[in-house]
Amino acid sequence: MKAARPNKESKWAWRLTGFVTLCVYIFMFAPIVATVILSFNASMFGGFPMTGFSLQWYAKLMNNDAVLTAFRTSLWIALVTAIATTAIGVVTAFALVRFEFRGKQALSTLVILPALVPETILGVGLLVLIKAIDQPRTMLLLVLGHILLAVPYVVLIAQARMVGIRRVYEEAALSLGASRLSSFREITLPLLVPAVVGGALLAFTISFDNTSASLFWRPAGVETMPTQILSMLKISISPEINALGTVMILVTVGIPLLGGLILQSLTKLKRRGEPKEEAR
Amino acid sequence: MPDSQDTLSNPRPTSAGAVSASAAAGANSPAVEFRNIDIAYGKFVAVRDFSLSIRKGSFVTLLGPSGCGKTTILRSIAGLVDISGGQIMIDGRRVDDVPIYKRNIGLVFQSYALFPHKTVFDNVAFGLKYRNVPKPEIARKVGQALDMVRLPGSEKKLPSQLSGGQQQRIALARAIVFEPQVLLLDEPLSALDANMREEMRVEIKKIQKATGITAIFVTHDQEEALSMSDRIVVMNAGSVEQIGTPEEVYDRPATAFVADFLGKANMLSGTVSRSDGPIIVTLASGQTVNVLSPKALAQGSAVTVVVRPQKLSVGGMSANRLPGRVVSASYLGGSAIYEVDIGDKTNIRANVAIGGRVLSEGEAVELGFDPNDCVLLDEAGRRIS
Repeated sequence: MKAARPNKESKWAWRLTGFVTLCVYIFMFAPIVATVILSFNASMFGGFPMTGFSLQWYAKLMNNDAVLTAFRTSLWIALVTAIATTAIGVVTAFALVRFEFRGKQALSTLVILPALVPETILGVGLLVLIKAIDQPRTMLLLVLGHILLAVPYVVLIAQARMVGIRRVYEEAALSLGASRLSSFREITLPLLVPAVVGGALLAFTISFDNTSASLFWRPAGVETMPTQILSMLKISISPEINALGTVMILVTVGIPLLGGLILQSLTKLKRRGEPKEEAR
Repeated sequence: MPDSQDTLSNPRPTSAGAVSASAAAGANSPAVEFRNIDIAYGKFVAVRDFSLSIRKGSFVTLLGPSGCGKTTILRSIAGLVDISGGQIMIDGRRVDDVPIYKRNIGLVFQSYALFPHKTVFDNVAFGLKYRNVPKPEIARKVGQALDMVRLPGSEKKLPSQLSGGQQQRIALARAIVFEPQVLLLDEPLSALDANMREEMRVEIKKIQKATGITAIFVTHDQEEALSMSDRIVVMNAGSVEQIGTPEEVYDRPATAFVADFLGKANMLSGTVSRSDGPIIVTLASGQTVNVLSPKALAQGSAVTVVVRPQKLSVGGMSANRLPGRVVSASYLGGSAIYEVDIGDKTNIRANVAIGGRVLSEGEAVELGFDPNDCVLLDEAGRRIS
């Protein structure tokens, strides 16, 4: 079949759409690309033009104790946040999808709320609360705050997956003699794996690159990666920051990407998925 | 063919079936017994005062339209639904408070419900694993069960690699491998296509016979119910309409609902015009027919004469003859279904073997039936007995 010949007007419409799309992409990715390119710049100044290729800023980064400490701190916080958030999120989603209880609607709204409230407000709010009960800012507070921020996303992911897992699987397991706990562990949880992995990765990235809330919550003297970058920027735009930015991009984009790939190969290997519903 | 069932001399609605109940518990106790159970979801009563006793090794079908409570009853045996009144006994043991995973029941679902992330072997072995059966024994039993459902060697496959029919066989194997006290089948054939359905019907029945397991089957398909069951429980709106063998339920429907639901019987309303000697009923369409009644009927009382389409003949020498005109004719090869207008806007369906030629629309015809081949219902739609 011959496609309808586009008239002049629609041809131009297409070109315009393409152009606008291109502009949007450039707008979105140009800063990232610039940061990565400039991190290899030999120049003393963190901007164009390039004067030569060099890895000196990375080397310098490796010797910067403050940066390394901040990196380790962020990594730990993100890791703990990811684990705790995933556990909380999966159990909450299970309860919200499978059980009827009083205040269910309220709970499901409350759980999502931190994602809707502006982060600054949340940051100030938690800080005010801590001050009101006369507690110091500790690492625990920072981690709890990050969990608070990440839980809504994990719940939403797990909930979506949970809805797709039909109740008959659990009923079948129970009828075969598995207790409720065993049937959750053996049937529901394995079927939830994509949501668990996806949720954990998202929680990790949310925590790892959180800036504004961390600024409010971190204990005195503790820097996370984003707050470290911020404080470095206050002094000067050193090319070192470009290198640091590149590392951040690598972690926040790379980890979910890696997780996705692992998950994909896992699914292929085990052919996880719903059985075909159609007869035949 | 079914015989040997608990005899039901008087299958009245609701209280029927409790006949053999309260027989001494022990070796002779029924496999499953319901004693006046009620099931309600909030204010909605799904099942009302349901009593039934099921013999060991028998195949009992709960038949009815959707929403009649049949699935609810099945799920109550499994423990997936809480009963709000009455008692359920399995092998003489009260199970109302026993959680589902301790009831030792095999459950087959309409949607197969095979665990998608486990192999066929792990699916079938699941119940054995939770019964602490030693590993070599598990392998042997799983192999046996797969032989039984004619899918040997499929241990390593995943459910998604099997067809619908095969998945349902595996589900059946999974449900019987640990020798449960009762096998519950919740519309297991509904998700299959027509050919597969008939094959599975025979297969399920064969396996049930071979293992001697007590089976409770839920369906809305009368053909499945008639062909597979030792006994059928016809249900409507949360209560029992009739309990009996397939023949009893089909030939002697207890209520208008049963007559209509199983095989779309012709229901001819009329009044008793002669009550001494042979009873004569004058139909609304004007004709008079001879009928038999097990008890005396008052002259002028309203009755419904129920005749199955298969019991009607064209022409012939039957005692009752209804002249009319063919409204529609469908040729089915060996037989034909005619819709015949016998006056007063009454259409009756006849399913007759084709002797000579097939009648065509508009043709005059005389349908006949024997007084023995009809059932009388009273005003309330109950069989007069």
